[in-house]
Amino acid sequence: MEVFVQQLINGITLGSIYGLIAIGYTMVFGIIGMVNFAHGDVFMVSAFIALIAFLVLTSFLGVGSILLALLIVLVVGMVFTSLVNWTIERFAYRPLRGSFRLAPLISAIGMSIFLMNFVQVAQGPRNKSTPPMIDGEFVLMGGEAYPVTLSYKQILIWVVTAALLAAFWYVVAKTSLGRAQRACEQDQKMAALLGIDVDRTISVTFIIGAALASVAGTMYLIHYGVVSFADGFLPGVKAFTAAVLGGIGSLPGAVIGGLLIGLIETFWSAYFSTDYKDVAAFSILAITLIFLPQGILGRPDVEKV
Amino acid sequence: MSAEAPAAASRVDFARAFKDAAVAALLAFGLFLPLIGFETVQNIRNELVLETRWPLLFNFVALVTAAHLFGSLVVTPWRERRALARRRAEATPSQAPSWLGRLGRRLCYAIGLGVCFIGVVNFGSDLTEIIDFIGAPSAGAGFTVLAALLLTGFLIGVGYVFMRFGSGGAAAAGHLIGPAGVGFLVVFPVVALLGAGWGGAVKWIDNFGIQILIYVMLGLGLNIVVGLAGLLDLGYVAFYAVGAYSYALLAKTFGFSFWILLPLAGILAALWGVMLGFPVLRLRGDYLAIVTLAFGEIIRLVLINWVPVTNGYAGIGGIPRPTFFGIPFNASDQGFAAMLGLEFSPVYRIIFLYYVILGLVLLTAYVTMRLRRLPIGRAWEALREDEIACRSLGINTTNTKLTAFALGATFGGLAGSFFATRQGFISPESFSFMESALILSIVVLGGMGSQVGVGIAAIAMIGGTEFLRELDFLKAIFGSAFDPTQYRMLIFGSALVLIMIWKPRGLIATREPSAVFKEKKIISGSLVKEGRG
Repeated sequence: MEVFVQQLINGITLGSIYGLIAIGYTMVFGIIGMVNFAHGDVFMVSAFIALIAFLVLTSFLGVGSILLALLIVLVVGMVFTSLVNWTIERFAYRPLRGSFRLAPLISAIGMSIFLMNFVQVAQGPRNKSTPPMIDGEFVLMGGEAYPVTLSYKQILIWVVTAALLAAFWYVVAKTSLGRAQRACEQDQKMAALLGIDVDRTISVTFIIGAALASVAGTMYLIHYGVVSFADGFLPGVKAFTAAVLGGIGSLPGAVIGGLLIGLIETFWSAYFSTDYKDVAAFSILAITLIFLPQGILGRPDVEKV
Repeated sequence: MSAEAPAAASRVDFARAFKDAAVAALLAFGLFLPLIGFETVQNIRNELVLETRWPLLFNFVALVTAAHLFGSLVVTPWRERRALARRRAEATPSQAPSWLGRLGRRLCYAIGLGVCFIGVVNFGSDLTEIIDFIGAPSAGAGFTVLAALLLTGFLIGVGYVFMRFGSGGAAAAGHLIGPAGVGFLVVFPVVALLGAGWGGAVKWIDNFGIQILIYVMLGLGLNIVVGLAGLLDLGYVAFYAVGAYSYALLAKTFGFSFWILLPLAGILAALWGVMLGFPVLRLRGDYLAIVTLAFGEIIRLVLINWVPVTNGYAGIGGIPRPTFFGIPFNASDQGFAAMLGLEFSPVYRIIFLYYVILGLVLLTAYVTMRLRRLPIGRAWEALREDEIACRSLGINTTNTKLTAFALGATFGGLAGSFFATRQGFISPESFSFMESALILSIVVLGGMGSQVGVGIAAIAMIGGTEFLRELDFLKAIFGSAFDPTQYRMLIFGSALVLIMIWKPRGLIATREPSAVFKEKKIISGSLVKEGRG
């Protein structure tokens, strides 16, 4: 029981990071039907930006309060990561819009390789570890033998994720921007005829995706305290798996998928073996797709002649 | 009217150009500030600290601004003038060469010039020997001089023919580039030996020849699945891994020879192709891509974690080298060199390996070419064009897809077992997702479905990145700390993006239909669908 609750807590923490990245995949896929392979690397870049911002704040500017520093890091990270993703969309994907399906995919793969190696060259190939930013934990239950703990950083991750998802949901569901986005998702030509600036809407989609990925990157840094240039690929693929599992194109689906993947991974590690945790995630992806190709919340894909 | 147009086109709006450049500078500043402006380094107490790199950041921003200014002040007006000139040329009917013709002509000129240049450089480097020979004629020196002269002549001849032939015809280029390429591949080791000598040839044949040909083979195999059948496979490297590990494990455990295991590895890979293909037949489009990606990753993760069999990350070493039909390539008395009465040299094995992989590549290309004309090949292409129409015409789509998967996997498996025997060591690191992405990009860059395209793309991407290792002279410009190999993948990634923007349809933009009604026509690649399966 103690193990179960502890893994539940860990799984939800990991799952919220995956969920935040997955939203970026699912939104881009929904609006331009493209698998943005570089998104995992944008996440990695955002973790680096957060790391650098944190170091600038604490060592150069001497911000004493760690919470204030993290808040500023979050905002700064979102701004710079959005700028990066906006630029990527503008230069690597927009010229290929309306071209055939594989062209943007290859361009995204190229961008992913580029980002990874750019960070490697600019910041060095070694792991970058930070001192723990937030210490302390609650003991929820269990005795001396196996205390179930909920650390402050896990609470922080949950709270920030929940708050941002709420804000994001509000933007998509209630504002005119969100309406424009959903309209473009359904029919770009018609949306353009009705006066929606499709290019701008797509840019905004990339910016929102990047901002959420940047939150995930900051949380990743807080949670693990270490980041390297190669850290984008695996979380990226898993978040993508999460997006597919939840039904690609569906926003709540991405979050549910992310949580599921996080839970599956932690429970598998706890009860079976750590070695095969990624195999478990991928196998579940394959099995879901084979038996439920549209994912949990996705719309079935009807093909017309 | 026509007199005013060029003036309007060439007028440059300076104010606007500078304003845009300022915006670009600001953008570049924002982009590069965190990652270029600061560097995270470990200090002596192993803590992470920041160091600033303001001069480097300034250089980056200045570079972007200058490039932007150059673009809007020079390149854009030039392009506008050119577009105008082209419109005018189109208005007056003339024998304007086709798109392929222009590309072919430029390519041929470039290659021809390059080959001539190499010939001349080679002649220059042999000049001292020639002078020696004139001073004191001897048989040995005479042979060297003769070889040098022959090589120079050959290279210049080839270069000249290339240039002539390039400026000659447009349509001919498409037909002749294949045979000409094969001819060059057959004589390549000889050219390398003559050009670089016994010591230098190993690098050229091994790093360039064999390396590129392995990727050509993988590209041709994946081309069947993606280019012909239109099934997007992101986990192709799995079959490559299956081939490599089958060879390594069977050869080390049972001591079977390369020639027995080569077909066996192909068959095993085909089995895996069917096994992985079967459950995903119902999936379409991107879902198929994702599941194949998942399978590719699963196989790699199993290879990493199944330590008793695969030895995990450490990989398998000491894989038996191929023999020349039982004669090993070593320095012993029973070795290849000793049997033929030659002096021992590692070059023989490399050359042998080169011809093995060349044979495999040609086999793959030939089989694919013939299969395209058979009903099964036509079914693949029909499937790519329209699956529903296919089904309503009574084509068994299950079998069609499975054969495509199996055949593609077979060639991947053959390439894998060749890779294992060539390296002598394999580890899961060689079979990461990036390899799949690399092979897929070779197929797409070449123009899906085009075999010549796969060859050209493999040369450009693999040969190009290998070539960066050779750029030692850059150290003279950027200082001795500059290491060009560090930037290999960086350049590779940007090249992928740029080539896709430049030619989304791939480098070879024309296709030859496999089934024709009255006469054979070459059609544009944009008429060919990409499949959703």
